[in-house]
Amino acid sequence: MAEPRLIEISPVTRVEGHGKVTIHLDADNNVDEARLHIVEFRGFERFIRGRLMWEVPVIVQRLCGICPVSHHLAAAKAMDMIAGVDTLTPTAEKMRRLMHYGQVMQSHVLHFFHLAAPDLLFGFGAPAEKRNIFEVIKENPELGKRAILMRKYGQEIIEATAGKKIHGTGAIPGGINRNLPIERRDHFLSNIDEMIDWSRDAVKLARDYTLEHEDLVAEFGSFPSNYMSLVRESDGALDLYHGNLRALSSTGDMIFDQVPYTQYHEKIVEDVRSWSYMKFPFITELGPDAGWYRVGPLARMNTASFIDTPLAAEAHKELKAVTGGSPNNSTLANHWARMIEVLHCVEKIRELLNDPDLQGTDLVETGDRREEGIGVIEAPRGNLIHHYKVDEHDQVTYCNLIVSTTHNNEGMNRAVKDVAVKHLSGKEQITEGMLNHVEVAIRAYDPCLSCATHALGQMPLQVELFDAHGGMIDSRTQCV
Amino acid sequence: MSGTKRETGFTFTIDGVEVKATAGMTIMEAADEAGVYIPRLCDHEGLRHQGSCRVCTVKAGGRSVAACTQPAAPGQSVENETPHLTKMRRDLVEMLFHEGNHLCPICEASGNCELQAMAYRLDMTEATRFPYLEPCRSLDASHPDIALDTNRCISCGRCIRASQDVDGKGVFGYVGRGIHRRVAVNGENLADTDAEATDHAISREVCPVGCIIRKRVGFAVPIGEREFDHGLIGHEIEEKRK
Ligand code: SF4
Ligand code: SF4
Ligand code: FES
Ligand code: NI
Repeated sequence: MAEPRLIEISPVTRVEGHGKVTIHLDADNNVDEARLHIVEFRGFERFIRGRLMWEVPVIVQRLCGICPVSHHLAAAKAMDMIAGVDTLTPTAEKMRRLMHYGQVMQSHVLHFFHLAAPDLLFGFGAPAEKRNIFEVIKENPELGKRAILMRKYGQEIIEATAGKKIHGTGAIPGGINRNLPIERRDHFLSNIDEMIDWSRDAVKLARDYTLEHEDLVAEFGSFPSNYMSLVRESDGALDLYHGNLRALSSTGDMIFDQVPYTQYHEKIVEDVRSWSYMKFPFITELGPDAGWYRVGPLARMNTASFIDTPLAAEAHKELKAVTGGSPNNSTLANHWARMIEVLHCVEKIRELLNDPDLQGTDLVETGDRREEGIGVIEAPRGNLIHHYKVDEHDQVTYCNLIVSTTHNNEGMNRAVKDVAVKHLSGKEQITEGMLNHVEVAIRAYDPCLSCATHALGQMPLQVELFDAHGGMIDSRTQCV
Repeated sequence: MSGTKRETGFTFTIDGVEVKATAGMTIMEAADEAGVYIPRLCDHEGLRHQGSCRVCTVKAGGRSVAACTQPAAPGQSVENETPHLTKMRRDLVEMLFHEGNHLCPICEASGNCELQAMAYRLDMTEATRFPYLEPCRSLDASHPDIALDTNRCISCGRCIRASQDVDGKGVFGYVGRGIHRRVAVNGENLADTDAEATDHAISREVCPVGCIIRKRVGFAVPIGEREFDHGLIGHEIEEKRK
């Protein structure tokens, strides 16, 4: 009889940050348990304590080299609240939105073309040397060129609104520190149509993939869950920058809707488990077993009543039609959702560029100081919560962050288990291609591990495979 | 003896450039008027000269002297931006970084900071030759309108002179001796002093770094419009000569 085994897949490649997947096999080589471990490092919450409130939106960007703008804006929104400002000037709100759309666009493009495309184009079991962006460019130079130019466009938008491509200073408590000069606007307008065309093509690419691989998409890491995101206050439309919280069940029943995000701590609880430092949030009223939920592009496609830009709206309808209007539970459909959001962002950017408010000079509002501030935003990877308390000396006394990857913790763990059971169980030999399947499931969530771990800088992910006696059979570690 | 200025005027050279001076002028004052920039940190327009940071060290008559306190002398040839002096200044500036806790990317003085700007001017590309001292320093946010982040203080004493000589107060003073000499407030904390946000000592121009902070205006000036986004430190003086 074969020995029981434990598999630990340790570094999941092409995800950002560090984590570890452990897969335990039993004596018959069946998957007994599969878990994603992310070491959450709470040093940041301590570091920020005592700092001055207007420094926070700048400091928090150091949390993550990959999504600094999301942290910048979520923190700025929390600081608006502390500054007593509930409504920004039109110029400030629109400049921040422009920054955010630029960020979501460039982040999604990076993920899709650089991190996911190799798997989608060459297959999950393809040899490792084939699964990288260089092979994608070799095979499809036009796609490679677009990937680079679309990302550059998004980064230039960030630079124009925040002053720098990464770690800028644009948003300040109560507003923004700059507007968009007309020359820069004209520069962006000069190739916005091309960006729209390319985004439409990207949506088509992701959609065709999803529809052509219907069986794979339907079973790969696919399982029901609840979904949560912000939606627009008035009508439940997709809104990446601001809105109220909405949560849906896997069958589309409303769990809660239009809840002001300042009440997030009543609606969700952050659960702790002995084997992981990362918390497992769940919806309070459903409890820890039934209340876990997913966030991110697909979650937003599920929660949003509609999209308010015409081209993305059409694409959204098409995605919804696949599941007859109910939530889509397929992990891999995230790629399609992500490209719909790229299209939405580019349409929004066009709308904003044509808005003269961007050249306005009324940049900052003031108000009556409050002690507590909560800022929530839909970051590329999903809902992002920043919560602070600030004393009468303007110093931070409390900080709590819930990042997208933490919201998705349970979902990612389920996906890992699901894929491990389906692809590794009962196999005598574990091949690299099989282990990559597990990584593909994690990558579909685009987890920002450096964010989740609150470590400063990037870390790799490991995948380790153990037998039942705890002996390591295989281990992979790779940096992005 | 006629005593007119014209008669007491004389010339000397700095790095070969002819500079006019009158009796009693320091080398730095003459250089400024002539559009020759000599790097400096503790010296500041409108404040009494102190001559403590040594960043302005020049060679005059074969001796190293502080240009901010040394009187100009007729016919002298002064060396300013030679490779040797630039290296010495860079070492001094590097040590200032190592003595404090400077995290420029999250500092609201970034782009307006003379220490940072000096590092750029002197081409300080790495800050790792000396061990970081990582001193444990405090952030004093007790005052309603002013904060002091002493992690960034370079003990230049500009605030002390501004408070005493311009504001007629004594908000700041030196404590300790030698390498332990630090600038501190004359009280429990800043709220315990008579400091006001309108004091000259608190104005943006006096503190060369991000230690004295006027509250709630940090990062309001966008990147691109900050003081040293427009050019290297000293460029305004140098432009007089062009
Ligand atoms: S005071 Fe100047 S050198 Fe120090 S951290 Fe701030 S910008 Fe950098
Ligand atoms: S607080 Fe500023 S002005 Fe005063 S000694 Fe320190 S660095 Fe110089
Ligand atoms: S500027 Fe002359 S010694 Fe400091
Ligand atoms: Ni991140």
